[in-house]
Amino acid sequence: MSIIELFRRKRTAPVARERLQIILAHERASLGGNTDLVITLREEILAVIAKHMTIERDKVQVKMDRGDEVSTLEVEIELPLKDNQGNSMRLAATA
Amino acid sequence: MAKVMVVTSGKGGVGKTTTTAALGAALAQTGANVAIVDFDVGLRNLDLVMGAERRVVFDLINVIQGDAKLAQALIRDKRIDTLHLLPASQTRDKDALTDEGVAKVIEELRERFDYILCDSPAGIERGATHAMRHADLAVVVTNPEVSSVRDSDRIIGLLDSKTVKAENDERMEKFLLVTRYDPVRAERGEMLKVDDILEILSIPLLAVVPESQDVLKASNLGMPVTVGSPASNAAKAYRNAARRLMGENVAVEIPADRRGLFGKIFARKAA
Repeated sequence: MSIIELFRRKRTAPVARERLQIILAHERASLGGNTDLVITLREEILAVIAKHMTIERDKVQVKMDRGDEVSTLEVEIELPLKDNQGNSMRLAATA
Repeated sequence: MAKVMVVTSGKGGVGKTTTTAALGAALAQTGANVAIVDFDVGLRNLDLVMGAERRVVFDLINVIQGDAKLAQALIRDKRIDTLHLLPASQTRDKDALTDEGVAKVIEELRERFDYILCDSPAGIERGATHAMRHADLAVVVTNPEVSSVRDSDRIIGLLDSKTVKAENDERMEKFLLVTRYDPVRAERGEMLKVDDILEILSIPLLAVVPESQDVLKASNLGMPVTVGSPASNAAKAYRNAARRLMGENVAVEIPADRRGLFGKIFARKAA
């Protein structure tokens, strides 16, 4: 252990907090709420994208967060860098 | 009207039984009629924490199966007249708890008591769902530690789906009770803060019980901490929680790092 490490206090609580937020968002999506709906949505979104480009299954994340007043649906799609023809994907629309 | 409360957590060892005993005693000390019910069939401990282990004759399963009347199984506390314990069975199989049997016993308890506190077993299996099934309110006991917070989140999900209230589309009241909180470590960034846990679990805060030697000392002697060390910070936190459960408007006190600058500098060097 270096001298610097000795004097620097390690703040581990923020790491705990972040890890919890990530794992719970995932577990709430798969365990709580309407599990069937989340799975169906994910499959259909995957099917639509697969028509136009190759996408790995784990690049589409659908999360549902329950709340007392409102519940939110979060859809995260990570696009591949290249499309089926090997062209680079451009995220901004070019008309 | 009687209120049924479940003390639950998912994870074991976070202080459910300690909390049930302390809150039950604090509620009963106000003069309310209180029953504390151990649902941990096969691993009962509420009797031991309450110092009533040698007075158990009949238990919850005996009442459910009709081998004893409720009045025969209830153990009146020797220190607080209005506090009663219904122990779990230590020898029977936990499958002896049936939906109808539990419903019937809770119904009967509702007629006799103002508050019924159900001490849930750890886990998310049948024992835990039996304990929460008829509750009007849940006290979710959580340690400032990742596995406990995760399990509490899971239990909150069950409270919102597997209880009679949830099935009738009624609101299940849920409160967070943080135990073993160390304000010094939280301030140093070594322990989740109360605010972090509240943000993650998003249920209202009932109490923060500081890490305290008095809790173990009291349970060694078979006393709820509210009886064994009434002047301790832990007892104060539980007493205020009880008042809040009774509908009083009491601010939740979060233990703070009360050392002066000198103490902090010293602690840093020592760490």
